[in-house]
Amino acid sequence: MRVIKIKKGLDIPLKGEPAKKIETAGLPAVFAVKPPDFIGVQHKLLVKVGDRVMAGTAVLHSKTNESIVISSPVSGEVVDIVRGDKRALLEVRVKSDNTVDFIKFNDAPSANPLTNEQIIDLLLKSGAWAHIRQRPYDVIPNPKVQPRDIYISTFDSAPLAPDYGFILKGKENYVQAAVDALVKLTTGKVILGLNAKASDNGVFEALNNVERYYFEGPHPAGNVGVQIHHTKPINKGEVVWYVNPQDLVTIGRLLVDGVYDASRIIAITGPEVENPLYIKTYLGVSIDGLFKVNRPVEQLRFISGNVLTGDRIEPNGFLGFYHHQLSVIPEGNYYEFFGWAAPGAKKFSNSRTFISKLLAKVNFKLDTNYHGAERAYVMSGEYEKVFPFDIYPVSLIKAIMTNDIDRMEELGIYEVSSEDFALCDFVCTSKIETQQIVRNGLEMLRIEMS
Amino acid sequence: MSLRGYIDKIKPKFQPGGKFASLHSTFDAFEAFLFVSNKVTTKGAHIRDAVDLKRTMSVVILSLMPALLFGMWNVGYQHYLIIGEKSNLLMNFWFGLQKVVPIIAVSYISGLAVEFIFAQYRKHEVNEGFLVTGILIPLIMPVTIPLWIVAVSTAISVLFVKEAFGGTGMNVFNPALMTRAIIFFAYPAKITGDLVWVLGAGGDKAVDSITGATALTYAASDNIAKIPSLYDLFFGFIPGSIGETSKFAILIGALILAITGIGSLRIMLSTILGGVVMTLIFNAVGANSYMTIGPLTQLLMGGFMFGAVFMATDPVTGAQTPTGKIVYGFLIGLFAIMIRVFNPAYPEGMMLAILLMNMFAPLIDHIVVRANIRRRLKRSVKPSVITK
Repeated sequence: MRVIKIKKGLDIPLKGEPAKKIETAGLPAVFAVKPPDFIGVQHKLLVKVGDRVMAGTAVLHSKTNESIVISSPVSGEVVDIVRGDKRALLEVRVKSDNTVDFIKFNDAPSANPLTNEQIIDLLLKSGAWAHIRQRPYDVIPNPKVQPRDIYISTFDSAPLAPDYGFILKGKENYVQAAVDALVKLTTGKVILGLNAKASDNGVFEALNNVERYYFEGPHPAGNVGVQIHHTKPINKGEVVWYVNPQDLVTIGRLLVDGVYDASRIIAITGPEVENPLYIKTYLGVSIDGLFKVNRPVEQLRFISGNVLTGDRIEPNGFLGFYHHQLSVIPEGNYYEFFGWAAPGAKKFSNSRTFISKLLAKVNFKLDTNYHGAERAYVMSGEYEKVFPFDIYPVSLIKAIMTNDIDRMEELGIYEVSSEDFALCDFVCTSKIETQQIVRNGLEMLRIEMS
Repeated sequence: MSLRGYIDKIKPKFQPGGKFASLHSTFDAFEAFLFVSNKVTTKGAHIRDAVDLKRTMSVVILSLMPALLFGMWNVGYQHYLIIGEKSNLLMNFWFGLQKVVPIIAVSYISGLAVEFIFAQYRKHEVNEGFLVTGILIPLIMPVTIPLWIVAVSTAISVLFVKEAFGGTGMNVFNPALMTRAIIFFAYPAKITGDLVWVLGAGGDKAVDSITGATALTYAASDNIAKIPSLYDLFFGFIPGSIGETSKFAILIGALILAITGIGSLRIMLSTILGGVVMTLIFNAVGANSYMTIGPLTQLLMGGFMFGAVFMATDPVTGAQTPTGKIVYGFLIGLFAIMIRVFNPAYPEGMMLAILLMNMFAPLIDHIVVRANIRRRLKRSVKPSVITK
């Protein structure tokens, strides 16, 4: 077993790791599909308030490619359509029935092996296609473009991230079915990135028809971008797909049972959750009343996803389409007297300027305080310590800031995604919003190239 | 009322529409000095590292303290030595304190005034960069420097070297070194002469030229025998700029910078290496007496160590890529010794070497980044297939 060692990176010691325990959230509950979760897609609404939907009923389709639909994760009634500025669609809310009824997409699925056209067709009409994304740009792929390879990172190294080896236990047959179908869609291979230090890789090691690479090291070793970069880096013109391991179950169930089953086991994490654990529910669940917190909700930030890359949601908001984790941390809207001069025994920093670096390793209760204000770049070499790419991060950021497309390409923008810069956001002394900048750069390129 | 309560009360007056809105940046700077802001993350990562520019700059200032304190003592020590009076540790320190504090005060007031005006004019926050520059400037001055010269050259430097380029983080040249360069070329007698390094009884007039000269002056004037012992050079019981004499105090600072990771150890070591290599080359040639001085003496003389630890490591004006840092440091060391030996009119080659390399740092980085780009272009491409 050859292990690829990722040396650069940072594991942020955050309190609130989920216990290996799964609770089931009851139905009925409210679920939402959130169009802003899908980068670069203009959606057309296909339902109206009061409509009955089934699990798998298309509620949205892309205006540029009507075959790409987003389906309802549960059966029930459309109760609300939330719009924002300029009537932008923000949420389609569905109140579920007591049990979930599925649309049957494929009657006799296992009779004959499906051709790749049939697989694509099935994925598209059920809405499962949206679970596949591509690099570069992190968008839902164009069904007409065959990817060079399909990557699956089997572990998430972000703070308090869910353990997919644990979540997927007992679902091996669905994962295998999904892999067997995906292999037909690529000119290359289905490539698995495994955690060399994982407690249980059983699910992933049992899979056939895949190529495996083992990784070891701090976050972002689990980022699919890091894994692609260290195995077969993306060049200009190449397209690579990637799928979250839990989404493979949804795809697998579609192929085996013919239904769009968006059930999810999500990790409820963070220092302010009373009992961090896993909850079995469906995609886009409302977090209202799903778990107990330690403080009044006004003092808390609820994040769909992890604390580095997730989206801020309201205390009665909904989990994002691509998120398998919820993080709850305290808000940091307090003043600190001479905070910059204090020894800082309870402050976490990747720099070695606080006493905490010398103390015993503990998990911190980090909050949302900015710890300063935005400045021009002063320090050098900070990003490089947490950025395991053969790319000069500051040069790339500056190329994006100056809208220099040729230089962005030269410096390797196709190999990265905003999540790969999450730790740069974190460690930056000058508090520069690198994730936002990289996202803007990728959008600029995507629009330029289309 | 608590301090926080008072600040919250007067804050509206400094915001747009308030009575003192024109002093907005000044108020913000003082508020941020007293309290770390209550600002929370709105985009990107939801949690942030506790470090910020203030913390970083405080560490640099801390690392300069040993050199500053020793410098104050040494000013007194050299003074009493030259007037032939007996003194003790406290007397030396007290004398030095009285002479050095005004220079620090003038440097800060002059530089910060320019910074505050610019921040206000540009509606920016006041940056922390000058906190370090303001203390670096006195440390590279002879104690005899007239205060008005410090004020004028600091203001010119902050204005033209830093603010004109966009402020902290944007400058090409190190503003502290540029301040010294301005004095060096505009008022050469105040900083290059033999007479100016030690305060005598009546200020700078009564100083004996020979006893007041620095090691570099001896070296440049073929008086190698008069160069102080390695012991004195290392611990700093010699005349010289306020902060540069004690290499021991500088090394304590270097240790703080290296342990905290604020200063680049890579640059410090490569600078020293560059200096040693150049010295050994000169030793091999041995054309004049300056060329015969050994590497250890060369490193310990003048401002070489101070420059290597505190000036070359400036992250804004130095090279930024890891490979670039090695080349950058090495060339600084190389040029510093070369300028010293070849051009006796400029006894302190370190200042000029660093300023020269400040100018070439972006070029060095450019070459390093180009190599990365070429590596990327060499990879074989397998474009994706479009079906149907």
